[in-house]
Amino acid sequence: MVAIPNPVARPASRFRFILDRREVLGSLFVAPAILYVLLLVGVPFLLAVYYSVSAYTIYDPSWSFVGLENFEQIVEDPVFLQTLTNTFVFTFGSQTLGLILGKFGALLLLRPFPGRKFVRAMIILPWAVPVALATVAWQWMFDSLYSVINWTMIALGLITRSEAPNWLGTPHLAMLSVIVVNAWRFFPFAIVIFLAGITAVPQDVIDAATVDGAGFWRRNYLIILPMILPIMAIGLIFGIVFTFTDLSIVFLMTMGGPVGATSVLGFKGFQVGIVSGDVSHGAAISLFMLPVLLVVVVAMLRFIRRREI
Amino acid sequence: MQRVVSRAVGEVSFYGAVAFFFVLAAFPFYWMLITSFKSNSDLYNVANIPFWFNEPPTLEHFRYLFEQTLFVRWLLNSLIIGVCVVAITLLAALPAGYSLARMTGRNGEALGIGIFLTYLVPPTLLFLPLSRVVADLGLQNSMWSLVVVYPTFTIPFCTWLLMGFFKALPPDIEEAAIVDGCSLFGAFIKMTIPLSLPGILTVVIFTFTLTLQEFVYALTFISSSDQKPITLGVATDLIRGDVFYWGEIMAGALLASIPVAIAYNLFLDRFISGITGGAVK
Repeated sequence: MVAIPNPVARPASRFRFILDRREVLGSLFVAPAILYVLLLVGVPFLLAVYYSVSAYTIYDPSWSFVGLENFEQIVEDPVFLQTLTNTFVFTFGSQTLGLILGKFGALLLLRPFPGRKFVRAMIILPWAVPVALATVAWQWMFDSLYSVINWTMIALGLITRSEAPNWLGTPHLAMLSVIVVNAWRFFPFAIVIFLAGITAVPQDVIDAATVDGAGFWRRNYLIILPMILPIMAIGLIFGIVFTFTDLSIVFLMTMGGPVGATSVLGFKGFQVGIVSGDVSHGAAISLFMLPVLLVVVVAMLRFIRRREI
Repeated sequence: MQRVVSRAVGEVSFYGAVAFFFVLAAFPFYWMLITSFKSNSDLYNVANIPFWFNEPPTLEHFRYLFEQTLFVRWLLNSLIIGVCVVAITLLAALPAGYSLARMTGRNGEALGIGIFLTYLVPPTLLFLPLSRVVADLGLQNSMWSLVVVYPTFTIPFCTWLLMGFFKALPPDIEEAAIVDGCSLFGAFIKMTIPLSLPGILTVVIFTFTLTLQEFVYALTFISSSDQKPITLGVATDLIRGDVFYWGEIMAGALLASIPVAIAYNLFLDRFISGITGGAVK
């Protein structure tokens, strides 16, 4: 009698059997990524929270609990309040400027013209190039003596050499400069987000609106803008997060100066926590970003959900 | 006649606006270029027209950069860091993205969003505890600390990117392979990965450019010149006391910017659809 080969009796190891179960292999596949993120983002985050309520410094690494003392001391410091204000001014100013530039840039790039590809490639540059490298170029353009901006204004007869502004050495001008540089870095990103949104609007919707008598501005603000709102919001959220927590532009251009006029939360946290070694106060300063980040995350979740509908 | 005039005015203002944006975006890079080829006596003379060469261009700054500074070392460091981070990111994000797209069902979506949100946790919130972690690992002041830390933002981003990519891939091919006797794991390795090469290439390029762009962690963890990656080295190490070596700084910035600029322009569309979570098809 010939035995009918039984598929179950095939020499399949138990290991192989487990690997063939969809949910088991699925968990195994996702585990390394989750572990990495938990260990190096989740745990450090909790550690940062604990630092902020401890008396930890690099000279006295004690873990003693001091409650909200660090926060109280920070809030009482008028310099810190200025830093907080600066952070909001810096974020709001550069995002607004960047969005306006982005909107107009996108409208321009929508229209086909000879060399559009090349122009688009060049316009992407400020966002693509490492921010630290672009920032040093701006620092050189704002140089107190050899500023090309001042040279041009003098050559055009707008100012004389003695009136030439010291961009990074005067409080309001320094703030303006870091805002301009950040807006400059952000606007190409705004352009591509706008473009991506606008080109995703179905042409028949726009045609229907045109047939119904909607002009250019109405089409723009009543039809297209509401439709691209979710995608714009996601772009803006990225912009806000990366600006609100930024440190590199201020660090390279002004070092928070002159006299704290451009000091922002990220920079202050770095100065106190890393440079001075007062880890607990540094962590407390950084945690002041958290409320804004939480608001942003909630907004992000809403928009991610909405786009699926 | 009036129509022709108003049309001409419209054209001129359109191209004027395009020119404005072009100059706004590109001028700092032109400024890098021209500065890096100018001799010092040309550079530091306010009577000269700064936009063009008043004296013959020179390669002096580039020569100095390569011979007298650690520029080549920084390039090498960045290359090593980038390659290692790419490897770690692929090992973690490829299976994770696949699993979230195919295997974990409804929870996968939520888990994916959760992982992506960690991309939004800023370095300036994590650098204090992470510098402790780095010290505990014995990596303080070493470029290997960046190899450990950079995947914290490349893994979430690339998992998200790959999740979208795998979702767009038809599942029939793997199913056919499984019917033909392939294991689930085998189908992933033999079918899905080869079919996903464009997505994988995108992830490789973006991980690499993200590591090149990073500044905050590098600034926090590394102080020795010979351990710095290129961005940090060029931005902070070419200053002696109060003297900025502008020609060298601009030459270095230019050389380091070019590859990133090219990569971004080639892969821009994929990056955007990744960041907007596939909202644009």
